[in-house]
Amino acid sequence: MTALVTRGLTKRYRDVNVVDGLDLSVDRGELYGFLGPNGAGKTTTIRMALGLIFPTGGEVELLGERVSGRAAALRRTGAMIEEPAFYKFLSGRRNLEAFARAGGDGGEVKRRLSRIDDVLALVGLARAANKRVKAYSQGMRQRLGIALALLGEPEMLVLDEPTNGLDPAGMREVRQLLRRLADDGTTVFVSSHLLAEVEAMCDRVGVLSRGKLIAEGPPGNLRGGGEHLRIEVDDPQRAAGVLRGLPEVEPAAGEGRILRVRLDGAATAAGVNAALVSAGVGVGALMPERDSLEDVFLSLVEDGGVQG
Amino acid sequence: MFRVELTKAARRWRTWLLAAAMGGIPILIVIAIKVSPPNPGTAEDAPPFLLQIVRNGLFAPLTGLAVIQPFFLPLATGLFAGDSIAGEAQGGTLRYLLVRPVRRGRLVLAKYGVAMALLALMLVWVAVCGAVAGGAVFGFEPLPTLSGTTLSVGGASLRIAAAAGYMLLAASGVAAVGMFVSTLTDSGPGATVATVILAIASQILDNIPSLGAIHPYLPTHGWLAFTDLFRFPVEWGGMRGGLVVSVAYTAVFLTAALLSFGRRDVVA
Repeated sequence: MTALVTRGLTKRYRDVNVVDGLDLSVDRGELYGFLGPNGAGKTTTIRMALGLIFPTGGEVELLGERVSGRAAALRRTGAMIEEPAFYKFLSGRRNLEAFARAGGDGGEVKRRLSRIDDVLALVGLARAANKRVKAYSQGMRQRLGIALALLGEPEMLVLDEPTNGLDPAGMREVRQLLRRLADDGTTVFVSSHLLAEVEAMCDRVGVLSRGKLIAEGPPGNLRGGGEHLRIEVDDPQRAAGVLRGLPEVEPAAGEGRILRVRLDGAATAAGVNAALVSAGVGVGALMPERDSLEDVFLSLVEDGGVQG
Repeated sequence: MFRVELTKAARRWRTWLLAAAMGGIPILIVIAIKVSPPNPGTAEDAPPFLLQIVRNGLFAPLTGLAVIQPFFLPLATGLFAGDSIAGEAQGGTLRYLLVRPVRRGRLVLAKYGVAMALLALMLVWVAVCGAVAGGAVFGFEPLPTLSGTTLSVGGASLRIAAAAGYMLLAASGVAAVGMFVSTLTDSGPGATVATVILAIASQILDNIPSLGAIHPYLPTHGWLAFTDLFRFPVEWGGMRGGLVVSVAYTAVFLTAALLSFGRRDVVA
């Protein structure tokens, strides 16, 4: 069963395809990370999925419903689109009440109203619930946004950069919360521009660049380029010569006494170390280096995209 | 939806500021007349009609309504109708309402209904403030009409209520234009100001005799016709014309608002 499907989804502004023939498929119960730099088209895709903007081409299916007249699917979906937004002159609780009363029949409204205390407690805002949102910090607003998304007991969560503005502890809490929800069967579609973030929690990641999906798969597979090593040596020139002679080791940019290499296939850090030491190079430090998202993008774009 | 919107309005300072300003006007009028009553010595300059009625408590609500109409009524219409959708867009809450989901058409109609309800409350408020202040200071007496006859206190009160009701209906067309403007922009103040300017410009154009040809089509053309309620017999022509214009503007611009909002990309 799929929770979200897009087929050839396209949004054109002026002469630019902000989203360009996007094919996505998110399974029910999956925690899907939608990764991409700012301006890649993540938010535009999310807005089209939620019916806020209309596609130039292609289609979106949310919880089995086509875009137009997808009220029932939206009712079962909780969303945060870009930053959370509230009535600043109302308290956190009154904001949730106002949104709980908007849309849906009496039974639904009642159910949502009865959940307000639970979701406030879930995001740690129980004590600040009666303060006006005007007085909330950005992190508190972000939490209230997540509380609002959870208000309707959604089967599907669509969250746009949900950890924005949170401190590291808050980020981890949110990640754990999303993981828990996904483990309990909620489909979670979460966008981010932070590789480490989606890597830590997602089942599957799609990478968006200029409106196109350039890679998709479990987060581990995204580092198609293999492992990177940062090596500190006493004799960089000799070391560089040794490294050039090693199979499946590709030198990358370094500076001064620091060298960088990419390991492909069977090459290991231990092997590199042994080769350097036996050639008489003093190795001061040798550590694996994580790819920055930028590196992943560069390698993906260079390779013309990989499907995992 | 309705209840939520009224609560939201009640929690905003500007609603109370506007209520204070509008309710204060008839009270100020009563105080002014009490403190410096029109001098009988200059009676030749003033129409006797005016002298007769200024010392009547019923005069205050009626004058209050007439005084707020040119500016405060457009301002309230701008704040309640013009700001309705655009203000939500500007605050970012519009997208969260729409994904609840609230259907777009329903949102426009509900917001229009709420705007009209708030305008009604404001008009009632002005009349009540005037009646309380005027009654307390001068007491109520039968009200002379523009035709020289006299209305009993009860009859005059009914007509004042009818005048307020007519003002509300006459403003509905401008409110619908405000709704339409509100669907076009993501700036709440922008939509508010545009609505206010439209209503005031319409009143100004209505006062330029050489533009007589377009007068009957202006959205505010019939606004002053409520004075016909105080003739004997009541003259209905002006009010009928005003209502026709209002209904036409409401139909056209509410439809336009529904169409424009229904197919617009919400990017705010």
